[in-house]
Amino acid sequence: MTFWLLLTVNSVTFGGLLFLLSAGFSLIFGLMRIPNLTHGSMFMLGAYFGTTLLSGVLGVRFGFWVAAVICALEVALLGALMERLLLRRLAGQQLAQVLVTLGVSFMVADLCLMGWGGDPISVATPPGLSGFIRAGAAVFPLYRLAVIVIAAVFALALWLMLERTRLGAMIRAGVDDPQMARVVGIRVSRLFTIVFALGAGLAGFAGLIGGPILSVYPGIDQDMLPLALVVVILGGTGSLLGSFVGSIVIGFIYNFGQALLPELAYFILFLPMVLVLVLRPQGLFGGQIL
Amino acid sequence: MTNSILARRFAIAVAIVALVVLPYAIKEVYYVNIASQILLYAIFALGLNILVGYAGLVSLGHAGLFGVAAYVVAYLLTAGHGHALAIVAALTASLLATAGFAALSLRATGITFIMITLALGEIVWGLAYRWISLTNGDNGITVASRPAPFGIALSGARPFYVATLIVFLLAVAASSIFVRSPFGAALCGTRDQPRRMNALGYHVWLIRFWACMSSGFLSAVAGVLFVYYNQFISPQALALTASAEGLLMVISGGAGTLLGPVVGAALVVIVKNVVSAYVERWNFMLGAIFVAIVVFMPEGLVPGAARLVRSFWQATGRRKSVAPVTAERRQ
Repeated sequence: MTFWLLLTVNSVTFGGLLFLLSAGFSLIFGLMRIPNLTHGSMFMLGAYFGTTLLSGVLGVRFGFWVAAVICALEVALLGALMERLLLRRLAGQQLAQVLVTLGVSFMVADLCLMGWGGDPISVATPPGLSGFIRAGAAVFPLYRLAVIVIAAVFALALWLMLERTRLGAMIRAGVDDPQMARVVGIRVSRLFTIVFALGAGLAGFAGLIGGPILSVYPGIDQDMLPLALVVVILGGTGSLLGSFVGSIVIGFIYNFGQALLPELAYFILFLPMVLVLVLRPQGLFGGQIL
Repeated sequence: MTNSILARRFAIAVAIVALVVLPYAIKEVYYVNIASQILLYAIFALGLNILVGYAGLVSLGHAGLFGVAAYVVAYLLTAGHGHALAIVAALTASLLATAGFAALSLRATGITFIMITLALGEIVWGLAYRWISLTNGDNGITVASRPAPFGIALSGARPFYVATLIVFLLAVAASSIFVRSPFGAALCGTRDQPRRMNALGYHVWLIRFWACMSSGFLSAVAGVLFVYYNQFISPQALALTASAEGLLMVISGGAGTLLGPVVGAALVVIVKNVVSAYVERWNFMLGAIFVAIVVFMPEGLVPGAARLVRSFWQATGRRKSVAPVTAERRQ
């Protein structure tokens, strides 16, 4: 019983991390109609930047949460630069844009290997959250519960942003019908930059937040990107609700698969994707952004 | 016109003779091996080109199909079966995998097709990497011997080159017949105007399906050659990087041309070997070349060069702008 309970908590935690990663992926896909294949790299960059900030830059050591915010901003800036300098040049050519993001992801992976070496770097759990909570016989790590709360807060904030703000309304209009949105005076190309930066920043944030659980290692980008892809195919592209539900589902399948069938865990992970593709190709919540 | 056809045939004959003589003209075995590598990757690129160039479907999971064939050969040989059985089983297994890939990914076109093939390729990679009892995980499988068709041992670099060359020439001939056939024309039709092709009574899905199968078959052939060439297979050969390298070969050479993928394969293999002799940063180079080609020469080297030659000959004529062959603008 304790085993199952713990597995469930781990699943929801991992689902929360996946949500932080895939919400941006999904929004970028919805708005720009391209899968951003650098999304895994953004996650990895966030994590590596975070480890550097935690171990101190120029003699200044940053706290965990400050570091998380800083690396989210750094990665968001990189995302905005990439959108402005590379993807903008190829506006309208989706295939070329996808290939460029793929090329950049290889460059980032190699640069990270050069900069931070090939050994995994573990990230210390932030002080104050390294304890446990006892509930009967079960013991829950505090940090994992905190990640669930953070993901829930971000889900709520993103929902409010999309549903209640002017920016959110513009993004929804852009996802729905970019040409019409342009006609009514929304600068869709500026939205591209904003959403790209937002998605990249969220991924970078998730990278460091996931650090204490996953640690950071070369190849984590290639591990996370397919998960984001599966979440988005499952939930439907451009849908916040879809990426939320998809993340939780994949979080459960991933953790239960790892625990029960470790050799086939990766394979089982893709089964729901196959089912959805066959039964409902647009994804569970395709076509509805919230 | 007959003159140009004659010149063309003459050029082809010269090229074939040059390729046959090549291993005996080069002293170092190292370069013969690189030539074999170029040829086997050219077969892979020719296969991928059927999808990318002629069907307009960009796959990022082709290394998976390549890998299935390679792993089946390695597995059956380790289990003690003969080469003939291993090769036939590998091609069959790979075709079955391709049919599965196609059935799932052909539910979409364009960007979604890329995403699905990417995810499927990652599944195959994940199986190779994690299903340790079957694939030996990251340590890979070593293949003890190369086959000896008709009593000719292929264990040396030169005999293996010649065998690869024969398969390569067959693959080029098959591709060229494929492209000119009514089926090839119909395939290009489904790339450019799927709805009109549908209205004309063509079964667009089925045409794409058979294109996938042909493409998967060539990839499988390349996979078999690969495992015999290296006498080793590990999940590395199936990773996304490998699929991306294949795509880079097709796109850098020129998708939708017969010669393009071959030139692209030569470019990638040579750059990879030359660069990796000096620096470790091959992946960075791969990414940078990818970005540069997509941004600056989207049509690829062969059409780009052809355009330059044409504009040189018709120096007074107006230059026609060449549209990228794999234009994916519709959706």
